[in-house]
Amino acid sequence: MSEPDAPLVELRDATRSYGAVRALRDASLAVRAGEVRALMGENGAGKSTLVKVVGGVVRRDSGDMLVDGRPVDFHSPHDARDAGIAVIYQEPTLFPDLSIAENVVMGYHPLGSLKRIDRRAMKRQVQGLLDRLGVRLDPERPVRGLSIADQQIVEIAKALSFDARVLIMDEPTAALSGAEVERLFTVVRTLREQGAAVLFISHRLEEVFTICDTVTVMRDGAVVHDARIADMTPDEMVRRMVGRELSALFPKQDTAIGAPILKVHRLTREGVFFDVSFEVRAGEIVALAGLVGAGRSEVARAIFGIDKPDAGHVEVDGRRLPAAKPLAAMRAGIGFVPEDRREQGLVMDLSVARNATMTRMGVLSRFGLIGGGAENRVAREWSSRLQLKFHRLENPVRFLSGGNQQKVVLAKWLATEPKLLILDEPTRGIDVGTKAEVHRLMSELAGRGLAVLMISSELPEVLGMADRVLVMHEGRLTAELSRAEADEESVIRAATGQVLEAAA
Amino acid sequence: MSVQATPVPGPDRVEGAGARRLTEWVFRVRELGIVIALVLLIAVTAILEPRFIDANSLRNLALNASIFAILAVGQTLVIVTRNVDLSVGSVLGLSAFLAGDLLSSNPGLALPIVFVLGIALGAACGLLNGILVTWGRVPALVVTLGTLYAFRGIAFLWTDGRQVNAETLPDAFLNLGTDSVLGVPFLVLIALVVVVAVGQWLRDYRAGRELYAIGSNPEGARLAGVRSDRRVLTAFMLAGALAGLGGVLFTARFGTVDATAGTGYELTVIAAAVVGGVAIFGGTGSVYGAALGALLLGTITSSLIVLRVEAFWQQAAIGALLLVAIALDRLVGLRVDAALRRRSARRAS
Repeated sequence: MSEPDAPLVELRDATRSYGAVRALRDASLAVRAGEVRALMGENGAGKSTLVKVVGGVVRRDSGDMLVDGRPVDFHSPHDARDAGIAVIYQEPTLFPDLSIAENVVMGYHPLGSLKRIDRRAMKRQVQGLLDRLGVRLDPERPVRGLSIADQQIVEIAKALSFDARVLIMDEPTAALSGAEVERLFTVVRTLREQGAAVLFISHRLEEVFTICDTVTVMRDGAVVHDARIADMTPDEMVRRMVGRELSALFPKQDTAIGAPILKVHRLTREGVFFDVSFEVRAGEIVALAGLVGAGRSEVARAIFGIDKPDAGHVEVDGRRLPAAKPLAAMRAGIGFVPEDRREQGLVMDLSVARNATMTRMGVLSRFGLIGGGAENRVAREWSSRLQLKFHRLENPVRFLSGGNQQKVVLAKWLATEPKLLILDEPTRGIDVGTKAEVHRLMSELAGRGLAVLMISSELPEVLGMADRVLVMHEGRLTAELSRAEADEESVIRAATGQVLEAAA
Repeated sequence: MSVQATPVPGPDRVEGAGARRLTEWVFRVRELGIVIALVLLIAVTAILEPRFIDANSLRNLALNASIFAILAVGQTLVIVTRNVDLSVGSVLGLSAFLAGDLLSSNPGLALPIVFVLGIALGAACGLLNGILVTWGRVPALVVTLGTLYAFRGIAFLWTDGRQVNAETLPDAFLNLGTDSVLGVPFLVLIALVVVVAVGQWLRDYRAGRELYAIGSNPEGARLAGVRSDRRVLTAFMLAGALAGLGGVLFTARFGTVDATAGTGYELTVIAAAVVGGVAIFGGTGSVYGAALGALLLGTITSSLIVLRVEAFWQQAAIGALLLVAIALDRLVGLRVDAALRRRSARRAS
């Protein structure tokens, strides 16, 4: 028997650690029927971990979870779904080979006679959902090749495809246009009237103030504030999320800005980014801001020669780089710290020393053999310069903390003495202390004449570190803002496509 | 080959209809391509050696391909989930010897019981593979490479150098390998039933569709609430069961069985699936394609034998076909990707 008035879903003092990182610390949260609750916090504050615990994707280490006031234990996302909990995850979970309709109903296909899938009913149901969301998409088209916005629509349709009593949305609007967001909100309001509980995560404050009734703010894995939206102001919300003054965190030095190092000329990759042109000068930190899925990382990958652009080119020091040749980009003096250091930045099972000197193998080797002595000497030098904390140089990097792993990636590139360093989300998943160290290091490098192109989803980082901010929206540059012009509002406005004139 | 479909303009066309037609067309072309290759191959061989297309020879072609087609269907179930089963040849060997041993020592045994036992033995082997892959979190390539040797080893221990001969087997059983119903060999009929049954299951049942989802995006399948481990286990078990069925049919067709029955079949079977358009990274392909692939490989071998081409060239031909099929798939895939991306881009801008 469910207790009357009990929240539909509730977490009590839940904790969850990934190795040494405590992603959730005694987090409590309750969502009641007919309530839309915002979950706010900076990247890395623990929002996504909380969502995964409620969605049955990861198990909590301790604490309780209750549905309708009764304790539950989810062993898989299937259990969560059976309990009436639908989740829209931040990262794409679609099946590229299958049709939109099958993606939406996977595992819960409407059945006809002999338990066969009723394709007509499936198509009708999904078409109905897509109509409700106001998009013109063919349910029988394969998902492969859909734009990020359309993929997100499919994710939303998937979550709405069954009568969920609890709907959790982890940044559902990141890639959507204004009209699409409005439709989604209409659907959310209908659900609220029908007595569903909604947990809404977004970085757009105005959306939160439009649609939500209550808010939970998280910082460093813990819940720091719980209030009614009516009692909050945007300023207070930001202050509680950040929890400290901005200026203290970002030790930005003033530097002399020199000649252009990187020139990107009309770079285009069909369906991903279009006509992107900009330059980065020596000693300058340029931030590439925008929402998740705006095409920022893809531009960086094209500059470094990982993906081949369909049109346009890249120049370093006035010399044109060949397309899709990372080695040429390295030789021209580009270093690239990728977004996902575990998958792309490091070889997790190799030693600290080997990882840190990976870009220098050719120089350190003699007759094709790498001497451990030379390797360790170079690695030791860089690890002391970056204040890297490790047990032994020979240990695999997987045993280091996230922040120290990132320092190894940085060491790897700094050892090549680059002219341009591309940093994709340089401080994601790093503790606050190390974050400040990385920021200080960036500032210092720029001070010595290095050109830095930084991609960041953390607005305070963008505003605190950048000399110039480029903003992307759905694959296009929508604004170029000087340090003086850039503030929270101007960047978010450009990132959500509310600026019409495109920047040069 | 061009995959640039020209979409028909119409006033009320929803975006994506063109894209859908494009991909549907590609899949149809994929299976049609094998049929065309098959017809060409038979035609050319028949011109050089007319006896190749007399009734008896065609019958043999179909008979030879039947067992491979059944195994290729099982293999498809596993490959679609982004796994692979290298042990099917050894499983076939075990179940073939089981059928032969049972019948030569108890000639009166009812044939359905032999089939059930053979299939059950295969299913048990498949279950073991599945458990090691899903619970043990060991890559299927390694697990089934191990069981390939292990099952073969068990076959050697069990047979202890013995061989089952046709003389010791009951005629009713051996006739299964040669008899026809309405002119269609019994073996071919069984293969057809298996292909159609599994084909429908993969197309029209939740469990079947979930196999594609798992192969297309394993993490996504889990998040969508698909019980991936259970499904993968089922796929391995079915692949084992079909290899077991293949083993019983092997004994019925050839009459002579020793510990080496089915050695090397696994590679032919995987080749058949890949030639038939089953993507080795999972998510796409059909059992119809895989069965046609088995037929094509068998026909090439027969055709080269008929044309008295040396054995070495037979293998080289199969290898070349495999490379051509993979290259074509890759090429077509890239073109389709680009076309789909362009269509979405047009909508977005």
